[in-house]
Amino acid sequence: MIEIDNITKIYDSARAVDGVSMTIDTGTITVIVGTSGSGKTTLLRLINRLEEPTSGEVRINGQSTLDVKPHILRRRIGYAIQGHGLFPHHTVARNIGAVPQLLGWSRDKIDARVDELLDLFSMAPQDFRNRYPSELSGGQQQRVGVARALASRPDLILMDEPFGALDPIIRTRAQEDLRRIQQALGSTIILVTHDMEEAIRLGDRVAVMDGGKLVQYATPADIITHPATDFVADMVGDVERPLRLLSLTPLADVIEDGHASGTPLPPDANLRDALSACLWTGRSAVPISDHGKVIGRVTLDAIRARAEVHA
Amino acid sequence: MRFSAPGVLFAILGGAALLAPFMTLAANRIVAGDAVPIWSVVPPGQTALGLAAVLLGLALGVPAGRAGLRMVGPLIGLAGLLWLVIQGAPALLDGAGDYARVSPAAGFWCLLVIFALLMADAITALKPGPYQRALLLAAAVAALAAVLGSGVLSPLSVLQEFSARRDAFASEATRHLWLAFGSLGMAGIIGFPLGVLGHRKPALRGAILPVLSFLQTIPSLAMFGLMIPLLSWVGATVPGARSLGIAGIGFAPVFVALVLYSLLPVVGNTVAGLAATPAQALDAARGIGMTAGQRLWRVELPIGLPVILTGLRIVLVQNIGLAVIAGLIGGGGFGTFVFQGLNQTATDLILLGALPTVALALTAAIVMDILVDLTRRLPKETP
Repeated sequence: MIEIDNITKIYDSARAVDGVSMTIDTGTITVIVGTSGSGKTTLLRLINRLEEPTSGEVRINGQSTLDVKPHILRRRIGYAIQGHGLFPHHTVARNIGAVPQLLGWSRDKIDARVDELLDLFSMAPQDFRNRYPSELSGGQQQRVGVARALASRPDLILMDEPFGALDPIIRTRAQEDLRRIQQALGSTIILVTHDMEEAIRLGDRVAVMDGGKLVQYATPADIITHPATDFVADMVGDVERPLRLLSLTPLADVIEDGHASGTPLPPDANLRDALSACLWTGRSAVPISDHGKVIGRVTLDAIRARAEVHA
Repeated sequence: MRFSAPGVLFAILGGAALLAPFMTLAANRIVAGDAVPIWSVVPPGQTALGLAAVLLGLALGVPAGRAGLRMVGPLIGLAGLLWLVIQGAPALLDGAGDYARVSPAAGFWCLLVIFALLMADAITALKPGPYQRALLLAAAVAALAAVLGSGVLSPLSVLQEFSARRDAFASEATRHLWLAFGSLGMAGIIGFPLGVLGHRKPALRGAILPVLSFLQTIPSLAMFGLMIPLLSWVGATVPGARSLGIAGIGFAPVFVALVLYSLLPVVGNTVAGLAATPAQALDAARGIGMTAGQRLWRVELPIGLPVILTGLRIVLVQNIGLAVIAGLIGGGGFGTFVFQGLNQTATDLILLGALPTVALALTAAIVMDILVDLTRRLPKETP
């Protein structure tokens, strides 16, 4: 559990982060979202003490981060940033193994861990181990950057716009990868983004920052249905609110018995996908099939009911 | 057939150089000698062979494209030059008197430079890697050492001057190396930490670099001149300084001046090299828990090393040259021969100081370039 306790950071009388308190549960993804200058990156950097707080403190599992030397603290916390920040003069293997090396792991253990992570990110170790960052594509560099953050199996990982430099298709894949890996490892991730779409897609909880203050800290569904301020509503976007809400609900939640024609969808697709399929093919219901077997359907009425509930 | 532009130019220049005096024969080491053209340094039968080699060497540079051939051409030409001098020197000295001196003249030196440039052009076209260049350099040094060591050139006046000063040459050479490398080392010891500090603290950088730039603009003779009163004052007033050899003339003022000249390239390139690390890589280095020292040694320094070594290269080549002026104020080194030669109007004694200095600077430059290349291990940016 990470407790951020009334933390404030003042630069030359400007309050970059202003009295923020929040509690983050272990094993979840928390996304801090805000416009530029909202203090979201500063808040993240206060957690691993890349910035020192003016007042307040952060506790990780009850222990204040101020009780630990900063570089020791940072070695226990994964860190990935926009534009990857890989060391250009080190191979992929040395980049990924950087933190284990700082922690004094043995050579064999580091090598094994590097290969394991490359496998996890679908990069064949024998092909990529000895390449330099400049020999990788943007998406590959980003994956190596995230792999470096995971290398020492930290319980907590901080990510600052990790997918900001990627094109939309690769970005979606990277987000799915992160979700999958986070669920497999059970790590706690705090991620900063300016993209509400990304926040809603990835976050178990979303923290909205504005002018250094935490204006809302809630589940994605709450953020969409009950925005705390006009600013949050703006960030969500009025027009897209129902669609965003639908994208949070898997089909499995509203499945009903009955027949429908046309191409089926899998149960882990969401209501937004189903709505899109209905509108595009002029159907009023879509069949749902699990591993090739039709298990029910979702009707347009059920979708509408879900979207209207909050009106 | 396509022609190589430099090859054609050098062939024309080489042709002209053939008409210039090839060697000179003088009654003694002071007086000006009589010019001897290339075709009459030795009996015609022997001349023909050497002359043919020189002409072939020039001709092989003309066609474009054949890098291997253009490498062989200068070698044949150089062999021809060497052969002519080896044959010519004793032949000219024969019956010319006990004090007679024979030296290569303008024509020889021009052809030597032309073949060296042709070879450099051919080597550049071959794009050798750092190890291949090291091998080429070693081969060139070995060949030079073999020719000089064999004694075939000893009738030449400059080597006569050498054999009269064998011991002095060894000690002045050592002194010259001490001046050049010692000042480089001292500049490194002072300049590298200054560079690191300057990198960390922009305010300090803003104060240091203009001062060092100013030092760099002082002409070398004026700098040595300034050192004389300054260090004689230090030697006279600071206890123990005199016993360390600190005085207005001699080794100390030259050494101090060379160190001062070296500081700007060392500090400037250290600052520039350390700044070459991408900001994001540096933020990541902090973020994953590297201490300031680890960031310096593992990230900033390796990335900046080629730039820092380029600074050391500038210093080394500059100091090997500047150290010659040490001869003027009793600092020793090859400059001693240069200034003795100037005083005695003995041209070959001047060359005894100048030629090793040039060879040393050239070798140092090539070695440093190889080192810079080796530290630039990064792959080229992929498009």
